[in-house]
Amino acid sequence: MKRRFTMKFQPESTKKPLTYHLIKDYNLKVNILRADITEGQEGRLLMEVEASKADLDKGLKFLESEGVTIIPLDQHLKWDKDNCIHCSACTAVCFSGALQMDRNTWEVNKDSEKCIVCGLCVSACPLKIITVEFR
Amino acid sequence: MSVKKTYSEINEKIKKGEAVVVTAEEIIPMVEEKDAEAVAQEVDVVTTATFGPMCSSGVFLNFGHSDPPIRMKKVWLNDVPAYSGIAAVDAYLGATEEKEKNGEGLYGGAHVIQDLLDGKKVKLRALGTGTDCYPNKEVEGYITLADINEAFMFNARNAYQNYAAATNSTSKTLYTYMGVLLPKFGNVTYSTSGQLSPLLNDPEYRTIGIGTRIFFGGTIGYVSWNGTQHNSNQKRTENGVPVGPAGTLSLIGNLKEMSSEFIKAAVYEKYGVSLFVGVGIPIPVLDAEMVKKVAVKDEEIYTLVIDYGVPKRGRPVLARVSYAELKSGHITIEGKQVPTAPLSSIKKARNIANILKDWILQGSFFLQEPVQSLPANNSVGPMKLKGACEE
Repeated sequence: MKRRFTMKFQPESTKKPLTYHLIKDYNLKVNILRADITEGQEGRLLMEVEASKADLDKGLKFLESEGVTIIPLDQHLKWDKDNCIHCSACTAVCFSGALQMDRNTWEVNKDSEKCIVCGLCVSACPLKIITVEFR
Repeated sequence: MSVKKTYSEINEKIKKGEAVVVTAEEIIPMVEEKDAEAVAQEVDVVTTATFGPMCSSGVFLNFGHSDPPIRMKKVWLNDVPAYSGIAAVDAYLGATEEKEKNGEGLYGGAHVIQDLLDGKKVKLRALGTGTDCYPNKEVEGYITLADINEAFMFNARNAYQNYAAATNSTSKTLYTYMGVLLPKFGNVTYSTSGQLSPLLNDPEYRTIGIGTRIFFGGTIGYVSWNGTQHNSNQKRTENGVPVGPAGTLSLIGNLKEMSSEFIKAAVYEKYGVSLFVGVGIPIPVLDAEMVKKVAVKDEEIYTLVIDYGVPKRGRPVLARVSYAELKSGHITIEGKQVPTAPLSSIKKARNIANILKDWILQGSFFLQEPVQSLPANNSVGPMKLKGACEE
């Protein structure tokens, strides 16, 4: 299974090579999509993790034991579909394919699984109805 | 015997509830099955529509006179300047005008228009010089659309007949009125509804002219003139369809009857504010020739792909593509497969074409023959600045 998480690190845990342990000890395929780490402060990592459910659960438990807060990501791209006019300005910039135009109905569709939270759609949307938020 | 119909014959059918109305998409398979003569016999009206960002839009407003009266020299609506160099309490608010001090998000004339349509209170501030007949020098307070005397939308250029598609050859992301253009041919954007678009279905302006009654922002409006930059001399293919930007329309309608479902404020980041405008135009099926025009399909409508990476008036043309190719989701530029995306809403355009169809079927909308045709030999020239300005 493939999942995306925002990991919140406390200053003390940012010194440990957590990603190394996730890969080496728990057999997780880790893809870091965005990193926001300032020394001495709380850090945030946006990562995509691919693993079996058992390995993933163990890996996440390990992170929690190290003081990392784990936030599942699927809520982070907010799209106000009711107010969408279904122009395609967002799909024009969505290279991950999360926002796609259905070329029969000409409606925008969202597949949160594919979203890497790059934020380009937020800039591109002329109605400003897409937001990306760190929780 | 070939079919010939007049506007009054078609209107008579609409009145009796006998008119046959289809959208410009629905007529395509009909013409593939039967010949144009048979379709002309059967169908009376074809509805076309578009819903896209149209910058050259705005509203005339009359606020009513204050007591004591003011001759407004400067006007702001929610801090967005409106033009008041006309009579005392008249103003024109342009869609792309921006708030003087914008905070985080851009807010402009288009947003004021949308707020008015949504029934929201809008702050009016006006300054005058104070004259013998208009002694007041300043007014400030809130108005709503219901409170003011007149509000009509009067747009200088809408419903472009075809438009060039945009891409970006440079290594930098470009923020344009054609959306965000990703570097190194990362995407292509285009902006017409193709086979559903009004002027592409009447390419030589036989039935769309000054006085044509239309669907405009959710209500009935009219074509008031040709639009600015009306370029009827654009190159055309054999079917008369222009390859690139050609005819344009100036439109007028009552803002008080419009709906924010069909008039939407838009922000193009690092570019500015614009306004999505919903336009639907009925085309009377006068004869088989007209059927051939409204049967036009995406495969037969071409446009040029322009490189917005070159900051010149004459930007290089990279490809000539059909709307069928653009709507397929990708085209090839310099050997690279590039994803495509429309900036106008085809879903909304279909919605408008269907609403207009229903209005006609219900007998609440009649066709108006143009009182004058659009110019047939108009070209667009560049800016002709001469000499330096002296102090």
